[in-house]
Amino acid sequence: MIANGYLRADGRKGIRNVTAVIYLVECAHHVARRVVELAQDDDVHLLGFPGCYPNEYSLRMMKALATHPNVGGVVLVSLGCEGFNREALAANIEASGRPVRTVVIQQAGGTRSGIETALAAVKQVREEMIRAERRVPMHFSDLVVGTICGGSDGTSGIAANPAVGRAFDRLVDAGASCLFEETGEMIGCEGAMSTRAASPEVAEAIVASIHNAEKYYRAMGYGSFAPGNAEGGLSTLEEKSAGAYVKSGSRAINGVIRPAQQPDAPGLYLLDVVPDTAPKFGFPNISDNSEIVELMACGAHLTLFTTGRGSVVGSAIAPVIKITGNPETYALMSEDMDIDAGRVLEGKSTLDEVGDDIFNLVVSVASGALSKSESLGHREFVLTYKSIDAVGPACHPTRA
Amino acid sequence: MNTGNPITAAAIVLHPADSVAVCRRNVAAGEVLPLEGELVVARADVALGHKIARCFIPLGTEVVKYGIAIGSATKDIHPGDWVHLHNLKSNYISSHVRDSEEQTT
Repeated sequence: MIANGYLRADGRKGIRNVTAVIYLVECAHHVARRVVELAQDDDVHLLGFPGCYPNEYSLRMMKALATHPNVGGVVLVSLGCEGFNREALAANIEASGRPVRTVVIQQAGGTRSGIETALAAVKQVREEMIRAERRVPMHFSDLVVGTICGGSDGTSGIAANPAVGRAFDRLVDAGASCLFEETGEMIGCEGAMSTRAASPEVAEAIVASIHNAEKYYRAMGYGSFAPGNAEGGLSTLEEKSAGAYVKSGSRAINGVIRPAQQPDAPGLYLLDVVPDTAPKFGFPNISDNSEIVELMACGAHLTLFTTGRGSVVGSAIAPVIKITGNPETYALMSEDMDIDAGRVLEGKSTLDEVGDDIFNLVVSVASGALSKSESLGHREFVLTYKSIDAVGPACHPTRA
Repeated sequence: MNTGNPITAAAIVLHPADSVAVCRRNVAAGEVLPLEGELVVARADVALGHKIARCFIPLGTEVVKYGIAIGSATKDIHPGDWVHLHNLKSNYISSHVRDSEEQTT
């Protein structure tokens, strides 16, 4: 059981009560950032989209993020002339029952008055959130947990990732929804993964999504393999994949979903982030935080992040729990690491014990305890252009 | 796959079919490592998280870890060799490194 969550007007339950300040083009970034700084409130977070050209994916992502269960209210900051459909976004937030204000800098009279207007809007939204606040018991069936790996090394696949796999098995068994990704980081595992599919359609969708990812990355000229991976002992893309894949645990895979698609039923899902068209707008995800943002858009309340080399990132909106399997990284960066899975390599713990620690920390962070990256003030956010279908190829059970 | 039991050896074999073991600490050249009952002498320094060959892996054959192929040998690999970019390449998309440390294939 998880301590009281925040009940939203749309019936969803959050583990945090964030006010999101969202800039809709880079030209509004400065005003939005100043507003967040001046608000002096750890629960006011900055989100944004830098581009001026409209993009269906970014609008769909922003709609999902602005109505994320951890978000209680929103202030949109627009320059005024950008392509982002601010009216559609505001209408969507309003329809979810969340308080929302839109500040248009060109109408407010420039930088100084834009900041004043938006700061006042943040205060109004926060007051409305306090008046509307309802705390209710939260169950595992209300909880969505994502997992990613970043800065992988030779320890990730034998300590941190299998430990997360153990935690995922416990969470799925308890009735939670668990999301793992990404198809470009599972190249070489399609055969093994398809045997765990909940239906033949899902098996087919898994294999097709991995083949598509391979084709896409080949066209881009690089696989998902950074120089630091090699320094950490990983030699090939498929070796990194095999290590990443074990994060998914051992339960049946219920479906293949797309960014901003929220599964209807609890279970385990593969998030396919790779467009099934020729490359357009660049790499599917440019860095770890792009992946975290997509997991959040699929409803993830929090993310389990495994790292061998030692990533420090957190995220806006949803807490990030960091797990390292490398004892040297833990010794050097313990302030940033929530879980020391390297104990498995040192012979001090079993994978099941570390998996239990991760499961218990998920419950505690979902109940309000701060993760290390949250305490350190990490609130990273990145969203860029993409062209990808809104709905994945297969889910089981299917939408009613 | 890993059984979940505490591990005490300097290098671990993740799957019985594996041709490489993974070092759980830095191993020095010349060290004798017991790997699943067989003794292998390290022919190079092998760092934590890196791979060491358990057996002879001829040029062009698959290198196996986690019980799956992780690429092919680009030269003959002998027991105790460090297995990395200099003697192993992807069967999917080749690995990239920073310019100053070009991969030899």
